[in-house]
Amino acid sequence: MPAESAQDRPIGSGGSLGLTLVLSEIAVLFRRLRTWAMIGALALIPILIAVVVRVSSDGSASGRGPAFLDSITQNGLFVSLTALTVAIPLFLPLTIGVVAGDTIAGEANLGTLRYLLIAPAGRIRLLLVKYAGAALFCLVATLTVVVTGAIIGALLFPVGPVTLLSGDTVGIVGYFLRLLLLALYVTVSLLGLSAIGLFISTLTTVPVGAMAATAALAAVAQILGALPQLEWLHPWLFTNYWLGFADLLREPIAWTSFADNALLQLGYIAVFGTLAYGRFSTKDVLS
Amino acid sequence: MSSDGLAIETRGLTKVFGSQKAVNGIDLAVPRGSVFGFLGPNGSGKTTTIRMLLGLASASSGEIRLLDGVMPRDARGVLPRVGALVEGPAIYPFLSGRANLPRLDAADRPPPPPPRSTRVDAALERVGLGHAATKRAAAYSLGMKQRLGIANALLAPRDLLILDEPTNGLDPQGTREVRGLIRSLSEDGTTVFVSSHLLAEVEQMCSRIAVMSAGRLVAQGTLDELRSEGTARVRVTTPDIDDASRVLARLGLPPQVHGRDDTITAELVVEGLLPETVNAALVQDGVRVRGFEVSGASLEDRFVALTGEGFDVAG
Ligand SMILES: Nc1ncnc2c1ncn2[C@@H]1O[C@H](COP(=O)(O)OP(=O)(O)O)[C@@H](O)[C@H]1O
Ligand SMILES: [Mg+2]
Repeated sequence: MPAESAQDRPIGSGGSLGLTLVLSEIAVLFRRLRTWAMIGALALIPILIAVVVRVSSDGSASGRGPAFLDSITQNGLFVSLTALTVAIPLFLPLTIGVVAGDTIAGEANLGTLRYLLIAPAGRIRLLLVKYAGAALFCLVATLTVVVTGAIIGALLFPVGPVTLLSGDTVGIVGYFLRLLLLALYVTVSLLGLSAIGLFISTLTTVPVGAMAATAALAAVAQILGALPQLEWLHPWLFTNYWLGFADLLREPIAWTSFADNALLQLGYIAVFGTLAYGRFSTKDVLS
Repeated sequence: MSSDGLAIETRGLTKVFGSQKAVNGIDLAVPRGSVFGFLGPNGSGKTTTIRMLLGLASASSGEIRLLDGVMPRDARGVLPRVGALVEGPAIYPFLSGRANLPRLDAADRPPPPPPRSTRVDAALERVGLGHAATKRAAAYSLGMKQRLGIANALLAPRDLLILDEPTNGLDPQGTREVRGLIRSLSEDGTTVFVSSHLLAEVEQMCSRIAVMSAGRLVAQGTLDELRSEGTARVRVTTPDIDDASRVLARLGLPPQVHGRDDTITAELVVEGLLPETVNAALVQDGVRVRGFEVSGASLEDRFVALTGEGFDVAG
């Protein structure tokens, strides 16, 4: 009798941890063409930079252009760094805006949100799982830029020991580890924005709106951060430490900016996570 | 509330949208094991009620008992035992039909014992989607999506199925299949609560029904109970239609002539007027009565009377 078997389900087996749902969330995220299109676009950044520098320079350092750009010709390992610097203000927040803005609103728009909830996924659990998916995307997006940059740099330019900002020299492996640390730093930097996106996503059933609003907030925060008149506000902007990763390229590593950044992002996660919970836990799902 | 024999019980369930009462103080009582039809024109509040039953929307007021729990408080314990289709199916268009099901099953906790892939395949077979399982769900027709939605509701053994207009978008063959499916599920002991705006459909599947009209529950009971609440009707077969019509009118019964030109019917609307009296009056006036039949009200009439409109008219 189904009546019995339905009632006799074991309580507290593996699924109740939400691990299956996390895996399912990751699978759905990375089975979307859109996700791969964004990852491809991010990979294109270091490739473009490396190819353009290779074609136009022919070994003569010009002394112009953004930071690190000249160094690329001397050492291919700088491609990753340059690409990250280019990607952080615009491209990364844009892709994170798409993923984080889509979390709840996307499911609402498809109508699948109601089926997830009556499964029942549990509203808090669904929020956590959705956030975990967005956070994983932050890591994948950042790693895409770093790793693609390292590969294309090694292919097009000489590779050798790197002189750090402090004047010390590290080997290729040591530098690559630093790059991974850098990727971690940037990932952490994007977690606050992801939380904001998650919250905005609970407000609407139109994913594009949530995506645009999230990406726009990243732009606004950076503009505010560039205005000296608003100096008092800067420490509170989630974008404040976005480009502050230079400390990771010194010997010994200065961890202060990493810690300050992590604390700030945690604050944003706490605030917007709470707001998202407050909104979503009582929301009528009518889509 | 005591609800030992009830799978669904609501008291004064109300949902207000702005100034509109989409659901207005309804008291549902769905016995366990029944196939229960939730009937009402479009916009009468069926889906809104179902959303509240499942904890998707909060009730403005009123109480809900679902199986052994109070909703939404006991959602976590109750909902795994409930399969549902609400306001049509929803799919991830970029996944195959088959890949859609584990996604929602993954959200179910705790998962039932048989391996997921076994249950997914069984559910797909049961709704007749086995052959199209690997197709991208975006390429599904409405009827196929509807089947996928029903398969999702059947992923685990359920005590209660709540199906909101399950035959929407299905062809006559699919409609028959869904009816058969509901019957077989019911025979397994599952309580089925099925909403529809089509009387004929509910009449074929359900033993009990509730009728919604503009947010209110206007009738509830077995089909027979509802039939007997209506006014009886006499049906006279005679070559003298005009005479018969005159006699019936004189007795205060508005005559209705139908397609065939030798029958005339009238509702027995006059209190205390017995059918035999009507027959005697007809014969006395020289009407050649060849057939005389008394029947209960048709459900159709009953529903038009209850809801003030035909059943496929938008409300
Ligand atoms: N999200 C909503 N906001 C405002 N009104 C709504 C909403 N959903 C439904 N309604 C209204 O509630 C009434 C009942 O709708 P619904 O429950 O969908 O009816 P049914 O399922 O019987 O066709 C309708 O008048 C509809 O306009
Ligand atoms: Mg409806």
